[in-house]
Amino acid sequence: MAENETVLATHSPGLQHHFDDSAQQLEASTLGMWMFLVTELMFFGGMFASYTIYRNMYPDAFASTSQFMNVTIGAINTGVLICSSFTMVLAVRSIQLGRKNATIAFLTLTLVLGCVFLVLKYVEYHEKWVDHHIPGPGFEYADLRYGRQVQILFYLYFAMTGMHALHMIVGAGLIVTLIVMTARNRFSAEWNTPVEMVGLYWHFVDVVWIFLFPLLYLIGHTS
Amino acid sequence: MSTTLQPPSPGIEAKANYLNADYGWKSWLFTTDHKRIALLYLFSITTFFFIGGAFAVLMRIHLLSPEGMFDNDTYNKLFTMHGIIMVFFFLVPSIPATLGNFLIPMMIGSRDLAFPRINLLSWYIYIFGGIFTLMAVVRGGVDTGWTFYAPFSSTYSNTHVILAAVGVFVSGFSSILTGLNFIVTIHKMRCPGMTWSRLPLFVWAHYATALIQVLGTPVIAITLVLLGLERILHAGIFDPTLGGDPILFQHLFWFYSHPAVYIMILPGMAVMSELVACYSRKRIFGYGFVAFSSLGIAVLSFLVWGHHLFVSGQSMYASMVFSFMSMAVAVPSAIKVFNWTATMYRGSISWDTPMLYAFGFIGLFTMGGLTGLFLATMAIDVHVTDTYFVIAHFHYVMVGGMVMAYMGGLHFWFPKITGRLYPEGWAKFAALVIFVGFNLTFFPQFILGYLGMPRRYATYPEEFHLLNVMSTAGASILGVGYVIPMIYLAWAWRNGPLSPQNPWKAKGLEWEQSPTPPPTFNFDTPPIVTEPAYNYSGEVEEEAHG
Repeated sequence: MAENETVLATHSPGLQHHFDDSAQQLEASTLGMWMFLVTELMFFGGMFASYTIYRNMYPDAFASTSQFMNVTIGAINTGVLICSSFTMVLAVRSIQLGRKNATIAFLTLTLVLGCVFLVLKYVEYHEKWVDHHIPGPGFEYADLRYGRQVQILFYLYFAMTGMHALHMIVGAGLIVTLIVMTARNRFSAEWNTPVEMVGLYWHFVDVVWIFLFPLLYLIGHTS
Repeated sequence: MSTTLQPPSPGIEAKANYLNADYGWKSWLFTTDHKRIALLYLFSITTFFFIGGAFAVLMRIHLLSPEGMFDNDTYNKLFTMHGIIMVFFFLVPSIPATLGNFLIPMMIGSRDLAFPRINLLSWYIYIFGGIFTLMAVVRGGVDTGWTFYAPFSSTYSNTHVILAAVGVFVSGFSSILTGLNFIVTIHKMRCPGMTWSRLPLFVWAHYATALIQVLGTPVIAITLVLLGLERILHAGIFDPTLGGDPILFQHLFWFYSHPAVYIMILPGMAVMSELVACYSRKRIFGYGFVAFSSLGIAVLSFLVWGHHLFVSGQSMYASMVFSFMSMAVAVPSAIKVFNWTATMYRGSISWDTPMLYAFGFIGLFTMGGLTGLFLATMAIDVHVTDTYFVIAHFHYVMVGGMVMAYMGGLHFWFPKITGRLYPEGWAKFAALVIFVGFNLTFFPQFILGYLGMPRRYATYPEEFHLLNVMSTAGASILGVGYVIPMIYLAWAWRNGPLSPQNPWKAKGLEWEQSPTPPPTFNFDTPPIVTEPAYNYSGEVEEEAHG
């Protein structure tokens, strides 16, 4: 501990000049990250609110789209993301225990699972393209009664899953950065705030998907 | 900016401070010092203020004659660009990003904000968003009004809506990051002895502002994304010909944009509490009430947006609830006004320039606030919806309230920021010119609106001519009133007499325990707080406050 304190007193790579100590810095970073996640919640909230309103306006049209959603891929992706959250937790735990190699391994695993999700998402988008379910002038829908109403659902589908996928890509980039930094011994059992923060972000993105999956894929399967 | 980049004449300012620490351009553009970032914001915001003001001048020139000077399309673009620039690039960031950025760490006894690099990032994002918006201006402007109502904006307008929307979208993140930084800083960076009940009310009001920024701004961001996608893909959710609901856009838009007016006015109230206490030489009356009324405004602000939709086809019952909530939000605002007045009562009031602006604020904000109650009343709102009455109402709050407070705050903390004093005579003269010009500009608009002149119309009938000429005359006086401080403040920055550490004998860490101008890390010795805020009467014991 004494050695650690001298490091802090001179210049720890983690501690910035305007904080009194590492504890204050960790608290500030954690609160900041939670505040950021609150803004993310409001950001997605605008789309969830729109979804709620239109599903109430056009319940039958929305339910009829479920037959065109690839529930299998959606379910697999849900499983993939839950597993990736688990490996993320293990990565955070490993760095808290100072286990560098385990951290790198778990982060890599999380990254791989995230990429699996994105690849499957791409397959799904491609299906939508083939089926003419992309909103716009080329949009076609089998049930002519619902044409315009269903287009709103697909618009929201692409806006919500697209925004979610964008967050996944950002998260993947952050994880790559973490892997490089861990390999360069930038983190230790004493200071690993970035790993924890990215972990929070990753869990948030997963939770968004947990809501998207039933709302977009399973609405027609309830009755 | 050249004024700050010049080395001072020899022999002056020998002491190291944040201004003379380094003169290179890199030391400004890559600084993480909250004080320097505040100045970066100050210069960019002032630029946008004068650009937005120029559009206002052109509008008033257009309205000099009933037929209008320019063609109607040009007029539509003028009021749109005036609104977008003034709201998103001046009013929203104005006090928080400049005075708030500069003062909050000093007021709570911290060396910097919690996330200095994010603070710098927020300025770059702001500039980036501003460039997009200015590109929209240069390439021919936008004509949707600052409200971007769909489906006109998403389907029918032939102007550069996407560019302007991207600009607003981007600049929103600058506001979010500033708010996030303030919340974390106020929670985690207070110095020993600076308890929540000793926080200056400036900090309390900024805390409430930051809450709105963090909770509201993401919603306008996603709304503009949905709008932009609808415009690009010709498929979407707001245009009724596509099956969408344009009222949804209005709901989402005002869910941010009504709380946003409190993003604009709360920091003005923040400045007011400091000015009134200092120039009345009294502890603020009802500290707890003023502090919690800020939070009350922040909470209620999210429950009143529907009063913008009274005539849009919103359910009558929803309108009744929104009408009631809009009345309720007036209560915490009134609490503040009453407490400032009570602070002055039997105080020893001095008539320095910042206090003149404070007097202006109280009178004009009260008028703006009370006419807000007219508008919250559904029956009256139906009569004056989208008339000049609304324009006059929110300009009394925004210009008469917020800009008055901003000017007062700039003068009050000018010695702190620059280390020099401004010329008091000129400053008083300018404050008077601004007050007269403001009232001459906007009071006739109340009458115009009551008589039925609609907003955003390029022409008007002959009988409104006189009142419009009065308004334009007032706008010219107001414009001059804003140029005068620009000149003497720029002059005083280099040539004003040097200021003592605490020229106003004010309370607060930034005056009492920090040198003027402050060093890079704000304090020579770690600050410690031993007394309640605004302890002008020198009481030793912490008094109970309710």
